[in-house]
Amino acid sequence: MSEEIELTGQIVKHYGSDKGMLIPMMQDLQAECGYLPIGHLRCLAERLDVPLSRLYSVATFYSSFRLAPKGAHDVTLCMGTVCYLKGSPMILEAISREFNVEAGGTTADRLFSLQAVNCVGACALAPVMVVDGKYYDGVTPQSAIEIIQAFPCEEETAEPSAKEGAK
Amino acid sequence: MNTAAAKFAAPADIEAFSQAVRGKIRADSKVVRVCIGTGCAAKGSRKIYELFRQAAEQSMDDVKIEAKCVGCHGFCERGPIVVVEPGEILYQRVEEPDVAEIFRETVLGGRVIERLLYEDSATGTRASKAEEIPFYAVQKRIVLENNGRIDPARITDYIAQGGYSALAKVLSSMTPEDVIAEVEASGLRGRGGGGFPTARKWRSCREAKGKPKYVVCNGDEGDPGAFMDRSIMEGNPHSVIEGMLIGAYAIGSEQGYIYVRNEYPLAVEHLGTAISQAREMGLLGKNILGGTLSFDIEINRGGGAFVCGESTALMASLEGRAGVPRAKYIHTVESGLRNKPTNLNNVETWANIPAIINRGGRWFADIGTKNSKGTKVFSLVGNVRNTGLVEVPMGITLRRIIDEIGGGVRDGKRFKAVQTGGPSGGCIPAEHLDTRVDFDELTKLGSMMGSGGMIVMDEDTCMVRVAKYFTEFLQKESCGKCTPCREGLAQMLHILGRITDGEGQVGDIVRLEELADLLEGTALCALGKTAANPVLSTIRYFRDEYDAHIRDRHCPAKECRGLFRYEIDEEACKACGICLKACPVDAITGEKKVPHVIDQDKCTLCGTCWEKCPFTAVMKV
Repeated sequence: MSEEIELTGQIVKHYGSDKGMLIPMMQDLQAECGYLPIGHLRCLAERLDVPLSRLYSVATFYSSFRLAPKGAHDVTLCMGTVCYLKGSPMILEAISREFNVEAGGTTADRLFSLQAVNCVGACALAPVMVVDGKYYDGVTPQSAIEIIQAFPCEEETAEPSAKEGAK
Repeated sequence: MNTAAAKFAAPADIEAFSQAVRGKIRADSKVVRVCIGTGCAAKGSRKIYELFRQAAEQSMDDVKIEAKCVGCHGFCERGPIVVVEPGEILYQRVEEPDVAEIFRETVLGGRVIERLLYEDSATGTRASKAEEIPFYAVQKRIVLENNGRIDPARITDYIAQGGYSALAKVLSSMTPEDVIAEVEASGLRGRGGGGFPTARKWRSCREAKGKPKYVVCNGDEGDPGAFMDRSIMEGNPHSVIEGMLIGAYAIGSEQGYIYVRNEYPLAVEHLGTAISQAREMGLLGKNILGGTLSFDIEINRGGGAFVCGESTALMASLEGRAGVPRAKYIHTVESGLRNKPTNLNNVETWANIPAIINRGGRWFADIGTKNSKGTKVFSLVGNVRNTGLVEVPMGITLRRIIDEIGGGVRDGKRFKAVQTGGPSGGCIPAEHLDTRVDFDELTKLGSMMGSGGMIVMDEDTCMVRVAKYFTEFLQKESCGKCTPCREGLAQMLHILGRITDGEGQVGDIVRLEELADLLEGTALCALGKTAANPVLSTIRYFRDEYDAHIRDRHCPAKECRGLFRYEIDEEACKACGICLKACPVDAITGEKKVPHVIDQDKCTLCGTCWEKCPFTAVMKV
């Protein structure tokens, strides 16, 4: 409990208790905890003197907020127009089937969270998959699964798929 | 004035500093510029930069060699891009093992490495400089001029290239009214999609009653297939800041906000660095350059909602609420953020301002067409040979952009359509490729300029599916506040879904048109009003494809599953057995040396055989 009070206290102080900075505050909270735990949200609402429902409305309106813990890794698949034309729906299908996870969800073993986003703005590299901040270009259903399967042995994922894009 | 970090106290200090920095650069004649934009970075350019940096440090050569990170060159397709000075030699698709060779041969030896140069696939000629490559030669770069030249993390680089000289000029010799008049003379219209005259917006906001006034930069580039603003914010963040400073002076504002999309971490990082550097040097804060202007900027990261690109939704988001738009009976320039006068412009609009002030509104107005002045940055992507960021003068034809800059459709396919204007734009067919790119011309075609996405589609693209993609996108992103958008898009998506599933009904096209009409007339914000554009433009130009789906249950582009069959070409089939083994439902039969056959009754149309066949003997029919 005290951790919740302390953390939200720091965040609120950082933004000078400005209610208008609610979104950055929640972003900081999520960066710290990995998601928005209900206890912390209650604390934050109390400190800012706004109803919890307002925080909930913000948390559910914006796609980057999550109310449940995420997996150890972040897998973001771009569904922008170009990626879509170049086959990202097939990649999404392949990942969902292989690891039994839906877009927006987390695998049962918490290995990774899968997100399908509108556009990461790297259209020249389409189809694009971003894993823990690292961009993979020219991804195929097969290579996407291979990239994810390589998770337990981190070192091996360091090899970029640059060659594929060069073809 | 020395070139160590200093604080500017007067407008004249900037020119003195710039000269001092430039004088120093001349002596350091050798520079290796490595692009670290998102595109090149994805292909490992940061490591390449690191290797160059180490090589430069260890070099025994007397001449000082500098390795430098720069912003996006635009030619993302060919990344990582490395440019060596002197000579401006452009190497593309540089890989780690190439670094030592480039350093030895080109940087130290002054020799060009042929195999790393761009090669024109049609003529086989190699180009050593950017301007020799057709991709760059047709472009006219104002906003992107310094992208790829300067290190976005170093304010001195920007100042050396003439950065902040427009601010100095404004503060030393122009009144706010002069500034607005100059922007008015340029004819600049908003680059975010609306195309509203920038000077008129500034004047309304200046004249609006109420204080404080806010200046906002819209960096919520949500259109899928567009990344112009990302590259500007990443590659030349100071140009945006300088534009905002000039706008703040003209409007009378002391506080600015840059609203950046959540998906652009590098842009947030570079803008953050740029803002703190500008503060340190006295370019942001109180009494800028010793004058009366006080202005500061805060960055807000978006939460990931497309509708926040809409001005009133963005302001709601800045106020810490869900990004829901409101009706605009009262303009935001009068009552925007926190009900105060607020001037919102797009990233590219702001980045145009310093050049307009420096070179004059007339110079800018000489570029372009009657009602669309200057240049526009497009992200040219999709099925073209050269993809990337391109900046072209307004009035250039779509054909020149696609054929000359883009190198035409890739893989020898036939051009089908170019989609402009993002999800609310439209698809333009081949017969209109000679249209000039201009706010009004594109609108006449049922599309729009939008923020500048340009997605080329080839013959294998199903236009009904494209319409469905955009409708689905907008339906998901609809905030739900007004009924036409919330329910209308859901209905349209439902109809498009059944058409692409082969269950379309006679009259569906009319139903779509009726819903589109309703949306346009009654939706609350621009998202809803224009949401039907993709559907309407595809019906207008590709009606036969809709008819084929509905009447014949056939997808001419063979993209909609269930609306075409797979067959094996007897002549091409080598009877290798790969498809036979790969088929998950055992629908393929055949023996050694006997062409295989697909049992259409068993086939589930999964496409595995089509993907696996090494001889492309499996055909879609």
